[in-house]
Amino acid sequence: MTDTLIDPEATAQMTMIQAINSALDVMMGRDPDVIVMGEDVGFFGGVFRATAGLQQKYGKNRVFDTPITECGIIGVAVGMGAYGLRPVPEIQFADYIYPALDQLVSEAARLRYRSAGEFIAPMTVRSPFGGGIFGGQTHSQSPEGIFTHVSGIKTVIPSTPYDAKGLLIAAIEDSDPTIFFEPKRIYNGPFDGHYDTPARSWAGHRDAQVPTGHYRIPLGKARTVRAGEALTILCYGTMVHVVEGVAAAMGVDAEIIDLRTLVPLDIDAIEASVRKTGRCLIVHEATRTSGFGAELLSLVQERCFYHLEAPIARVTGFDTPYPHSLEWAYFPGPVRIREAISKILKD
Amino acid sequence: MTQTGERTGDASEMARPNMPPPNLPPLSLHVPEPRFRPGDEADFSDFDIPAPGATPRPDESAAPADMRDLAYGLVRVLGDDGQAAGPWNPRLPAETLLKMLRAMALTRAFDERMFRAQRQGKTSFYMKSTGEEAVSVGAAHALQRDDMCFPSYRQQGILIARDWPIIDMMNQIYSNKGDRLKGRQLPIMYSAREAGFFSISGNLTTQYPQAVGWAMASAARGDTRIAAAWCGEGSTAEGDFHSACTFASVYRVPVILNVVNNQWAISSFSGFAGAEATTFAARAVGYGIAGLRVDGNDILAVHAATRWAADRARANAGPTLIEHFTYRAEGHSTSDDPGAYRSANEGSHWPLGDPIARLKRHCIAIGIWDEDRQAAMDRDLAEMVRDTARQAEKNGILGHGLHHPMESMFEDVFEEMPWHLKEQQQQMLDEQKAAGL
Repeated sequence: MTDTLIDPEATAQMTMIQAINSALDVMMGRDPDVIVMGEDVGFFGGVFRATAGLQQKYGKNRVFDTPITECGIIGVAVGMGAYGLRPVPEIQFADYIYPALDQLVSEAARLRYRSAGEFIAPMTVRSPFGGGIFGGQTHSQSPEGIFTHVSGIKTVIPSTPYDAKGLLIAAIEDSDPTIFFEPKRIYNGPFDGHYDTPARSWAGHRDAQVPTGHYRIPLGKARTVRAGEALTILCYGTMVHVVEGVAAAMGVDAEIIDLRTLVPLDIDAIEASVRKTGRCLIVHEATRTSGFGAELLSLVQERCFYHLEAPIARVTGFDTPYPHSLEWAYFPGPVRIREAISKILKD
Repeated sequence: MTQTGERTGDASEMARPNMPPPNLPPLSLHVPEPRFRPGDEADFSDFDIPAPGATPRPDESAAPADMRDLAYGLVRVLGDDGQAAGPWNPRLPAETLLKMLRAMALTRAFDERMFRAQRQGKTSFYMKSTGEEAVSVGAAHALQRDDMCFPSYRQQGILIARDWPIIDMMNQIYSNKGDRLKGRQLPIMYSAREAGFFSISGNLTTQYPQAVGWAMASAARGDTRIAAAWCGEGSTAEGDFHSACTFASVYRVPVILNVVNNQWAISSFSGFAGAEATTFAARAVGYGIAGLRVDGNDILAVHAATRWAADRARANAGPTLIEHFTYRAEGHSTSDDPGAYRSANEGSHWPLGDPIARLKRHCIAIGIWDEDRQAAMDRDLAEMVRDTARQAEKNGILGHGLHHPMESMFEDVFEEMPWHLKEQQQQMLDEQKAAGL
């Protein structure tokens, strides 16, 4: 389960969407058990184009549109997994995953456990998530904390095209049910939180050069985005880029860790970093109370207590539904992160 | 002030300015009520039962639109005279009839013993299937062994009909060291992949879309195996029932969706799942799939309907929804007292009788069986179940320490145990050690 050596000849510039599409293409080509299904994923190629061309290439028996029923999509995927397939169902927006919660929490997550391994649910549920796109209440949510709370489910969130492909391949090859949340704000380019500046594309980004073939990034391994000494910032998804931008603008020697996988978590990377820096900031888009940041905060407090020089801080979405017109006051953007970094360094 | 305010002078009405004209009655909410409650004398004399053999049997490839009447009728084969009649008569060989009779009798004997084991404190929980044995055993004999069954918790007859060792079932019920599920599951939540018996979940009707998905996979792969699912009539109200029927219809899935209408969902009668308005088989009409309504206490009818649906599925003619009309003769579970909500003599007055008695009568009527052999079989089965239970109890009963190692609790959450579970496993062992356990 290690990274495959990258042949520079066999890479291409990709957006995150293209990288995800490539991961699905590679896995469908390698493994006849991999099938893709969801609302609008077939002929049309997905509302975000993530599955474009796959039905044409692999046929309707392996890539198909489904009725609009999330509990059905996931329930059917559980049955397909029990048969021996590796389904990759798509939930069009993470905000619409709730009708499938019973099948995910009560069934997929527990199938291996309750049958003592007789049946498994080797599915990867792809779903666009996160805000920053004026998506309002039901196209912006970050419900990862709901899934990290469920034993038996892995939760993965990429932040670059390179990671998106490698992590998605690893998730599909993994035999545990995995929630794969794709930060849709960065599908087409990194986003540093400055919503009033022109949108950037992935072109030229160091992590947008993606191998065209098969490679995987192991689940449970964080990525050090930037090594530093002043403080540790734990983040994932879109927030990785926002944090990176703020740290650069402030000239702070922050160690930025992109968690990539929330369950299982790379606790070693977190511990090593916080013990080194003595300060820890946690940043996520999801609402604050009982969000995944609370778990991170607890773990750091339990394991790095005697190394801490300041209280662990969190910058998160507020405990409100995701607003439409007030998005940039809600979004944990540069202003809020800068304030938090300044404070934690003063403490 | 509105005119309605002048009608009665009622303050609450006066406060509502847009009342409809006063000549309409007030709205009323219909809350269903079963016909008989505790203390009532159950009377089913007005029960409309089609004669055995009266229901036509369409071709397996018939269009759903051409067989709508079947969803409102009742397929019956066995008459009160013990004879099998009509186009649905599956004409089974004597050997199969006697095998089904034995499987039903064993299911009942097993239920009796395990119910008693719960009352004796040997386990925490049990659920009988008394009166519904034909639904499971008849279907199991009409399916291939490698067709995957997605049962609810009251289809133990499938395992027994597939000759699954009852000691394995007992070990599960006792959560002992012989329990393949390692004591993780509530009693009766079996899982037996080798017997084509999918892991039972406590969450109702979740297995419905799963069965559809399994059958979709089989179809997409060009396999020949089909799937079958079971739920009670109460559980048809779950959203998963709807999504499963939609998927089954849309992709013409080779699946059999069984609704065991035993009239009761714990204390709620079938009216709370919609039975006052229509049949459960008629749900199929709206999805455009084949729907059959079957006398669930007539094992020949159950067998014939299942075989018909299986043939249909294997011929790529699509799914079938079968309503098995039966009666839950006993309490919902060991935690339930049906005397608190239904008439005590409902079961004995049930017009479709007892499935075992009806098949026995048939076997006697056609000269392959007699009362003495039945009595001897019942004795042998009771003895065998008792002996097997003793064997199972040697592996431990609930709460007596003969269980899987405690650290096994952390296994199988994931394929490989992640660090946080390893830590918690060690923590538990340390805590036990510190406490001197």
